[in-house]
Amino acid sequence: MIRRAVRALDQRTGAGSILGKALKYVFPDHWTFLFGEIALYSFVILVGTGIYLTLFFEPSTSQVVYHGSYAPLRGQEISKAYESALDLSFNVRAGLLIRQVHHWAALTFVAAIVVHLMRIFFTGAFRKPRDLNYYIGLTMLMLAVLEGYAGYSLLDDLLSGMGLAIGNAVALSIPFVGGQLGTLIWGGRFPGTEAFMSRLFIAHVLLLPVAIGGLMAVHLAMVATPHHTQFRGRGRKETNVVGTPLWPAYALRSLGLFAAVAAVLFALGGLVQINPIWQWGPYEPYLGTNGAQPDWYLGWLIGALRLMPHFDIVVGSYNVVPNPFWGGVLFPLVVFGFLFAWPSIERRWSGDRAQHNLLDRPRDNPRRSAVGAALFTWVATIFFAGSADRAFVQFGVPYEGQLWAYRAASFLLPVLAYLLVKRMCEALRRSEGHPGEGSAPVVVRPAAPQAAGRASPLIDQRPTAGHQARSPHK
Amino acid sequence: MIGRLIRLCRWLWRITIAGVLLWLRRGKEPLPERELPASPRAEKGVAALLVGAGIAGAAFALLYAFDEANTQLLGVAAAVSLGLLAAALIVASHAIVPQETLSEERPRFADPAAEREAKVEDVALRAREGVDGITRRRLLGAAGGAAALGLGAAAAAPLASLGPRVGERLRESPWRDGRPVVDENSRPVLADDLTVGAFLTAFAEGSDKRDLASSLVVVRVRPEELELPPERADWAPQGLLAFSKICTHAQCAISLFRYPLFAERSPGPALVCPCHYSTFDVLKGGVRIFGPAVRPLPQLPLKIEAGRLLAAGPLSGAVGASWGGVEEGS
Repeated sequence: MIRRAVRALDQRTGAGSILGKALKYVFPDHWTFLFGEIALYSFVILVGTGIYLTLFFEPSTSQVVYHGSYAPLRGQEISKAYESALDLSFNVRAGLLIRQVHHWAALTFVAAIVVHLMRIFFTGAFRKPRDLNYYIGLTMLMLAVLEGYAGYSLLDDLLSGMGLAIGNAVALSIPFVGGQLGTLIWGGRFPGTEAFMSRLFIAHVLLLPVAIGGLMAVHLAMVATPHHTQFRGRGRKETNVVGTPLWPAYALRSLGLFAAVAAVLFALGGLVQINPIWQWGPYEPYLGTNGAQPDWYLGWLIGALRLMPHFDIVVGSYNVVPNPFWGGVLFPLVVFGFLFAWPSIERRWSGDRAQHNLLDRPRDNPRRSAVGAALFTWVATIFFAGSADRAFVQFGVPYEGQLWAYRAASFLLPVLAYLLVKRMCEALRRSEGHPGEGSAPVVVRPAAPQAAGRASPLIDQRPTAGHQARSPHK
Repeated sequence: MIGRLIRLCRWLWRITIAGVLLWLRRGKEPLPERELPASPRAEKGVAALLVGAGIAGAAFALLYAFDEANTQLLGVAAAVSLGLLAAALIVASHAIVPQETLSEERPRFADPAAEREAKVEDVALRAREGVDGITRRRLLGAAGGAAALGLGAAAAAPLASLGPRVGERLRESPWRDGRPVVDENSRPVLADDLTVGAFLTAFAEGSDKRDLASSLVVVRVRPEELELPPERADWAPQGLLAFSKICTHAQCAISLFRYPLFAERSPGPALVCPCHYSTFDVLKGGVRIFGPAVRPLPQLPLKIEAGRLLAAGPLSGAVGASWGGVEEGS
C-alpha cells in the first residue's frame, strides 16, 4: 500500500530519493530549538483564524447608526469596520473565540520570534554560514511588528484610533519627507480618508502576510540546507549533525508541539478576554482615554516616546526633526541596525571568520553574551517605561519621578547587565560547572598548558579535537 | 631564543595531541542506536488520548450547534481536544515509535577550501566572460544606470496618486473670525454654561467633527489668574479659553484637565494629553510645561456675542503633530 503510493509518486516526479532522504533527515534535539517552531505554528494559526475573520470583517469607515446586540452602543454613529467587528464578536457563532485566538496568536507569534532571536544571539547561531538567514529572521520580526500594528488598527475602536494618531505623528516626523509621506499614506491629513482603511486592510491581509510567509519559506530552506546547528557533545562535530530522524519520532514530536501551541491559544482565546473593543467605544479624533496601552510588542516604542526629552531640531524657524522621530523612528532603527550589524562587528572583533555549526553556550563567549544582555536590558527598560502611565493611574506612582528613574535606568542598567553577565560567564568558564545540565559535553583538555591569558576572549578555549583541527584561530 | 624553542615545542605537542585524538576518534562515530520502546501499555495510553481528543473535538461541534456557541466552553473544548492530541503525539514519539539517534554528514559550504574556491573562481570567470570583447564598458554602464534611474522614476511616480498634494493641507482649519463654537450635539456653546474649572469639547459650526483642526477644548478659569502674553490679552473674555484639542506631540486628543481645588498647594490649571502626558499651561496660553511635546497648544481667540461663544480669529498655530517644515513656536 505505502510502497505503491511511493512508487506512483516516484514514477511521476522522480521524488523517491528525495523522500527517502527527507524521512531520514536529522534534527538535533534541544529545548531551546523549539521557539522558532512555536513562532511558525503561531503563524499557521494566525493565517487560519485570519482567513475566517476576513469573511466577516468589513474594512470601511463609512458611518452607520448601531442597532446591534450590544445595548450600551445602540444609537451611536460608528464605522462599518467597528460594527462588523462587534457583530463578529456578538452574533457570529464562535466568532469571538476565533477573534480572540487570532489576537493571542499574534502576541505569541512576536514573543516567540523575540525569544528565538535571543537564543540565536546568545548561542552564536548567527555566524557563518547562517548570517544571511539571521538577517531574514530580523526582517521577519520587523514585518511581524508592523503586521500586528496594522491588525489591531483595523477595528476602528478608540484604542486603535489612538494608536493610528501616534503612528501618523511618527510618519509626519520623518525629516524632509514626513509631511508628504504621512499625507500620502493616509490620503490626507489624519484621520485620513476612506482609502486609508482599504490600504491598511490590504497591507494586513495580503502584503505583509505574503511577505512574512515568503521569507519564512526561505528561512526554513536555509535552515535545512546546512542542517540545524547543535551544541557540543559526544560524537558531535562541526562536520556532522547528530539527532533524531524526521520519521517517525521527530515528526510526531513536532506535530505534538503544533497541537500544544494550538491548545494553549484556544484555551487563552476561550477563557482570557483580550481587546474587548465594545468597551472602548468608537474612535473619533477628539476622543482619548487615560492609561491606554498598545499590544506588548509596541511597548518599547511607546516607552521611547515617553522618555525622550522635549526637543526638536529647529533650523531658523523651521522644524527639521520633530520630537516623535527620536522614539518612533530613530530608536527602533538603532536597535535593529545594531542587531543587523552584529555578525560583522563580531567577525571584526574576534577575527573569527570560520564556518560554525557547533553552538556556543552563552558563557563560551562572555563578551558577546554581555553585549547581548546589555542590549536586551536597554530595550526592556524602555519597554517598561512605556507602562509608566498605568503605574500612575493604577497605583498612583508619581509620573514625573518614574520618568526620571527610567531615564537613569536606561543608562545604568545596560552597563550593570554588561558587567554582571561578563563576570558570570567568566566565572562559569573557570569553574566549568554545568548548572542544570545533565549531559555535560565531554571536554577534551590536552595536558599542555593553555595560553589562556593571551587568547582573545571571543575564542572558545575548550577545543574538542575536531574543533581545533578546523579552526583558523591564531 | 630558548623561549621561542619552548613555544615551538608547545605547538608541536599540541598538534601531536590533536592528531592522536583525531586518530583515536576515527571511525568512532556514534553508531545509530535503535530502540523499540513500544509496549501494550503505552499503545493503550496513546489510543485513549486520541479517543479523548476525538470526543472533545466532537463536543466542540455539539457546543457550536446546540449551546448558542458559548465562547468559554468552545475554547475549553478546542483546547482539551488539541491538548490531548498533543499529549498523544508526544507520548507516541517517545514511547511507541522506534527511538534512534542518527549522525549525518553536513553539506560543506567552505571545505575543502580548494574545491569550493575553484567553483567560485569558475562562476566569477563565467560572469566575466560574458562581457568579453566589449570596449566601452563604462559608457554602457553609465547608460544602463540612466535607464534604471528613468525607469525607477517612472515606476515610483504613480505612488503619488495615493495621496493629495500636501501643500497647505496640513494647515487647513475651519476657524475664522466670527465662526460660532458648538458642542458635540451641534448646539451653540453659551458662555454662562461653563463654570470656573469646567472643561468642554467643542467644534467649529458646520465643520466635520472628525476634522483634526475643528475640535477644541473650552475651559474657564478666574480672569484674574490669567498670565496671557500681551498680544493675547483679549483672547479670553470672562476667563474663557479655547485650545485645539489635538496634542502637538503625537495628535492624541487632550482629554484631561487638571484644575486645582486648592490653588495654594497645587500646580496651576493645565491640559494633559493621556498618550504621553504632555502638559500645557492654560493660564499662559497653552505653553508646554511637561512631557515630550515641543510646540505650544494652538489657542483660539474667543469673543462673546449675545451670550454665545465665537471665534475672534484663526488658531494661533498649526494643529496636530509637527512635521518637517512646520514653523516652530507657532
